[in-house]
Amino acid sequence: MKSAGIHRMVIVTTTLVVLLLALVVGCLLLGSVNIDPGVVLGILLGNDSGNEAWNIIVLQSRLPMIVTAMLAGAALSVSGLLLQTTFNNPLAGPSILGVSTGAGLGVAIVMLAMGGTIGGVFGDSLGSYMATLVGALLGAGVVLVILITFASIVKSSTMLLIIGILISYLASSVISLLNSVATEQGLHSYVAWGFGNFSGVSLEQMPVFCSIILLSLAGALLMIKPLNALLLGTRYAQNLGVDTHRTRNLLLLITGVLTAVVTAFCGPIGFIGLVVPHIARLALNTSEHSRLLPVTMLAGAVVALMCSLLSVTSPHGIIPINAITPVIGVPIIIYIIINRRRINYFN
Amino acid sequence: MAILSTHNMAVGYGQGNKRTVLLKNLNLELSQGTLVALLGKNGAGKSTMLRAITCDTQPIEGTVEIDGKASTVISKRDLSRLVALVATERIMGGAFTIRELVALGRQPHTGFLGRLSDHDREVVQRSLEAVGIDHKAEQHVAELSDGERQKAMIAKALAQETPIIVLDEPTAFLDVASRLETMKLLHSLAREQNKAVLLSSHDISQSLLLADELWVITSNREVITGTTEQVVMSGAMDRVFDNTSILFNNDLCDYETQLPSSLSVSLDCDDEALRHCVVNALLRNGVAVGEGGSTVIVKAVDNFELENGTGATSVKELVKLLRGAAIN
Repeated sequence: MKSAGIHRMVIVTTTLVVLLLALVVGCLLLGSVNIDPGVVLGILLGNDSGNEAWNIIVLQSRLPMIVTAMLAGAALSVSGLLLQTTFNNPLAGPSILGVSTGAGLGVAIVMLAMGGTIGGVFGDSLGSYMATLVGALLGAGVVLVILITFASIVKSSTMLLIIGILISYLASSVISLLNSVATEQGLHSYVAWGFGNFSGVSLEQMPVFCSIILLSLAGALLMIKPLNALLLGTRYAQNLGVDTHRTRNLLLLITGVLTAVVTAFCGPIGFIGLVVPHIARLALNTSEHSRLLPVTMLAGAVVALMCSLLSVTSPHGIIPINAITPVIGVPIIIYIIINRRRINYFN
Repeated sequence: MAILSTHNMAVGYGQGNKRTVLLKNLNLELSQGTLVALLGKNGAGKSTMLRAITCDTQPIEGTVEIDGKASTVISKRDLSRLVALVATERIMGGAFTIRELVALGRQPHTGFLGRLSDHDREVVQRSLEAVGIDHKAEQHVAELSDGERQKAMIAKALAQETPIIVLDEPTAFLDVASRLETMKLLHSLAREQNKAVLLSSHDISQSLLLADELWVITSNREVITGTTEQVVMSGAMDRVFDNTSILFNNDLCDYETQLPSSLSVSLDCDDEALRHCVVNALLRNGVAVGEGGSTVIVKAVDNFELENGTGATSVKELVKLLRGAAIN
């Protein structure tokens, strides 16, 4: 019955929200430094714990990491969903189309231009992180302009996907060339960035990071109607009154901004964008974006938080995010490929 | 008054010097309450013509006029309320329920966010009922047979509430039962809902049976139009294919290939169906049936009598007898 889909939506959403809350609590309490839960709660409520280090860990490390992971996970997952629908290809994702690599190239150029003088990933100065952000946006933007240009020449979505993969190769090779002339310091910070992590956004950078991502996610929510029409293919979508050219460009713009911002701040994080939309589809068993899109956001936040928690709770120090995402992602993708004939949304 | 008409339209593909014109000087008219079948061989330009008529592409020359307005001045949204399309492309939304799929047909009528009103839901329900798939409304598209999918897409087109429905080979991948059902459905939609239905098809006999008008593309790229009777009687059907051994049989409402025959007989048979079967069997064996030659009296599939009193219990045996008689 009609309520079956809604019923499922309620169950899935509730489960995800409970998981999300549990993970948030977990991320607040667990870490390389043991802090008593009561003390953590006190710090969150604004009490001074009397231990300056603990205050900093909770308020300036764990809390920003939670927010960053949630937003980055939602952003990458939505990017993946938009790309999969736009290109009618379930295996599309921000990394496969070269958008992440393009952003990465932008970051590499900026890092090297600064001669590796910046400490850590971004350094502390406002200028350096803004420069990195602009680099990533430009890099992703260039790749998207190339994709849009080719999209009007090659009509086939699959061909466009291959072009994306080729662009990705090209950008990677330029990054390698740049790294070969990089200073040790520059190379070090680039490599550290490449591991992926959700602790790169400081409290000062948080407003920029949050507002860009929240605005883009809101933009995606406004595209639900044309996204549904696009699932029928461009010909049907046009017949339903959708300006398919403009819609495709808009969707790619949202995807590009989301991917670029996350890549600039957290590194080129793989698999989340590709896998989470599938988790949402399998859980909901629907193609309807009015349910798929919010659940994709929520599931993206959950998966990213889970990766984040795993990365900081290892007894052997911090594990890079990019070492965890494939462990979660690859089995799911293989499951999907093997079972595609039995999965409704493939048929 | 035609709801859609073309004026000196030429269609084809490519641009500039490289363009190929497939069909030109098309002055076609499509009226509400009418089912029109577009017939022609593969590559004749059926799909290209439909794309121009649904305004997917601009015609190379001439204009398309819909509801009294040139198609070039109709907005995309208005157009989506005038012409509904059922294409051959397989869709990706396998996890839509049928109801959700049909509800997409309401997009031209809903607001920015696509929220359905009570009226929209009612139209969706009516469309599901009209094609007879309402009992499967909550199933997923992927669970349907090809015939049911086609019905669901037709329901989507109905939900668009357009005066015109264009279908590109709606029966192409269907088995015979689904074909007949789909054609009957389209015929009744034209009648009962006053739709102008235009479909391209390779299914000649069904089209001739159920179409009110035909647009036939001949092998020399002419488009012959008229009521089904007019077009059939004009002999246009014989000119669809280049091959002269494939001719249209007006009685059978279908094409038949001319098999070489060295003998000719006339048949005496009361049962039309039996006669038809025996004619085919004889043709396969190189015996033409017409006037003249010896007369065969057919009583049953295993009972044939010749004038001279001899009989046969199978067509093979009969042919042997006929050949023997011919040599003598």
